[in-house]
Amino acid sequence: MANLDLTPRLGPDLNFVRKEMAAAERPPIGVGGLTHWLRTNLFATPTDAALSILAILALVWFLPPMFDWLFINAAWTGSDRTACITVAQGGLQPANWSGACWPFIHAKFEQFIYGRYPMEERWRVNLTAALFVLLLVPLLIPRAPYKKLNALLFFVAFPVVAFFLLVGGSLDLSYVETPLWGGLLVTLVLAFVGIVVSLPLGIILAMGRRSKLPVIKLLSVIFIETVRGVPLVTVLFMASVMLPLFLPPGTNFDKLLRALIGVALFETAYLAEVVRGGLQAIPKGQFEGADSLGLSYWQKMRLIILPQALKLVIPGIVNSFISLFKDTSLVYIIGMFDLLGIVRQNFSDTNWASPETPATGLIFAGFVFWIFCFGMSRYSIFMERRLDTSHK
Amino acid sequence: MATQDIAESGRESPGVSFLYDPKIRGIVYQAVVFIAIIGLIYWIVGNTVANLQRANIASGFSFLKGRAGFDVSESLIAYSSDSTYARALLVGVLNTLYVAAIGIVTASIIGFLVGIGRLSRNWLIAKICLVYVEVFRNIPTLLVIFFWYFGVLSVLPEVRESYSLPFSSFLNKRGLFFPDPVWGDKAWLIGVAVLVGLALSVLVSRWARSRQMATGQIFPVYRTAAALIFGLPLLAFILAGFPLSFNYPKLGTFNLAGGSQVRPEFLALFLALSFYTASFIAEVVRAGILGVSKGQTEAASALGLRPGQTMRQVVVPQALRIIIPPLTNQYLNLIKNSSLAIAIGFPDLVAVGGTILNQTGQAIEIVAIWMAIYLGISLATSAFMNWFNGKMALVER
Repeated sequence: MANLDLTPRLGPDLNFVRKEMAAAERPPIGVGGLTHWLRTNLFATPTDAALSILAILALVWFLPPMFDWLFINAAWTGSDRTACITVAQGGLQPANWSGACWPFIHAKFEQFIYGRYPMEERWRVNLTAALFVLLLVPLLIPRAPYKKLNALLFFVAFPVVAFFLLVGGSLDLSYVETPLWGGLLVTLVLAFVGIVVSLPLGIILAMGRRSKLPVIKLLSVIFIETVRGVPLVTVLFMASVMLPLFLPPGTNFDKLLRALIGVALFETAYLAEVVRGGLQAIPKGQFEGADSLGLSYWQKMRLIILPQALKLVIPGIVNSFISLFKDTSLVYIIGMFDLLGIVRQNFSDTNWASPETPATGLIFAGFVFWIFCFGMSRYSIFMERRLDTSHK
Repeated sequence: MATQDIAESGRESPGVSFLYDPKIRGIVYQAVVFIAIIGLIYWIVGNTVANLQRANIASGFSFLKGRAGFDVSESLIAYSSDSTYARALLVGVLNTLYVAAIGIVTASIIGFLVGIGRLSRNWLIAKICLVYVEVFRNIPTLLVIFFWYFGVLSVLPEVRESYSLPFSSFLNKRGLFFPDPVWGDKAWLIGVAVLVGLALSVLVSRWARSRQMATGQIFPVYRTAAALIFGLPLLAFILAGFPLSFNYPKLGTFNLAGGSQVRPEFLALFLALSFYTASFIAEVVRAGILGVSKGQTEAASALGLRPGQTMRQVVVPQALRIIIPPLTNQYLNLIKNSSLAIAIGFPDLVAVGGTILNQTGQAIEIVAIWMAIYLGISLATSAFMNWFNGKMALVER
């Protein structure tokens, strides 16, 4: 390579040595700043530009009126429906007025949270909620210590304490019957009990479906597929009208308990399928390795298989908790008043009936549901990243 | 396998009790569970019979022949309050299927658009789609239904002040009114033309495929098929002398006369199911497209395929394999969620069944009918989607 010299072949007269500097290229068009960003993100191609303009027009058409309705035009103070209806309808607002009716939410806020739970007993709900948060937060923070004790308190001790606190009837606490419960309280009770009951049952059913014992496998499959094939409404109807028929004559059966059983059974079937996905993803070698160590079936599951399988399906489990949380609103159909149900019930309150009340109430309820569900889904993404031990 | 080997050797070696034989243990466990379940069922049946006797309710399905005595606001088949309970249930089933079917179509269209939009290079479009998905995924279906029904459709103006929409349609508190097509004498020609167009398209696509296999030449199948399916009926329409007129809704003082009406209950349910399910379908579609590795796109452009061809022949077929199973789940969810119709009074299967349940008290029979029908619909849908999935699946040698 050293003696590679092209000059002889080119001939002496073709020698060319450039003497001057090449002219400088024009500086590149700015790769920062707003114009560049707009050019690459909104107006890259003619189609993109057209789409962007359409989208901007749609937003301009949609957002300011929405903002107006929610905040600027909205009624903020008032003690009854007159604040939210026009003069022509007998209220205080000018003609053609349209805006959110926030005084409605303000007046009914306590009812939306507690339902008809007696005023002087509401500290019990608050105390339960405080306990719930106090136990849940350290459980969710991966670095917090005493995870086992914390989980035990949260999933075993807390439900017992909460039961005695909320229902009462002992320890000098007056008895509060469940038809008085309502609002967010019922939503959270249904969701929490649904989760606590359905998780272990779902794991057992998933193991049943993967079992080598034909009878157990068949029973699990029948249960899972039947429940998954029908809507929650029919399961709730079944729990509310058929459960009393199934029990010995004269048994009195709490309505909330019936809904709880329906919701928990429904959720169990869905969780079982999620967990089965995790079990199927564990390589056969893990099962055989556990067998060769002489572990019993339950030891194998508890120590080797489930920790790996459950870790794999945490996003799926959280997703099904989110749908459970949303589905609790269906108990409205069997005549119970969870958050959505009680908002819906208040539309017909003559003191507050106005054309704007339903939309305002639903936006409030939607916002509360959204906060909970969005929070859960963000947490699931966080956990997924944290638990991801795979090599990339 | 390992367990069985241990079991075999365990049985042969002396001193190990047969109690530790996994096979025998398995049989014992199953027998215990089986007996427990049978016992539970026996106990439940006994209680139920006693309860029914106390309440004087005759069990059995003979009540279905009785006169219903209630009206149904919307029905696809002839129905009056003199019809039987069985007919009322049939009306409910048809309404369920109807709303589910058109809900699935709309949800798929919105879902695919939003799912692709989320992957768009256009920042604004991607963000709008993201907000759409995150809003609808995190609120209950029932709330969306209520929102359309109570928040939007029931605050529409009275009939007199109806909103006028294009094509002489009207929107008001009582729903959406639009012109009713009235077909003329020779309109059957158009139907025939559609069928002929479909048949010809199938033939053309078969011929084009075999020709491409033999010679490598590509025939523009899609354009030809579109021309056949839309062009032939249009031609028939013109040849038959435009056999179509419209029965326009006319605005009266208190009501609209003529035209077709879509009631707000149906509209609310349909819109809510479409928008809600679309947000889930969007995520499914996005995951499917992201699941096709970038190397596939790059290889396709290395082969000289145009972007459109790459999308149609390389990305979409592979993405569909990922999309179809979760998409099936979403369709099933939509069908099951249509049961929420009862909350706003649209007469679907559950709402009609609920009315019958209240009238007759035949709880067990009604719940059994519900479950059987929903299970049937679910199984049929999954069977169809599995067939479709099988057609799309990777064919490996």
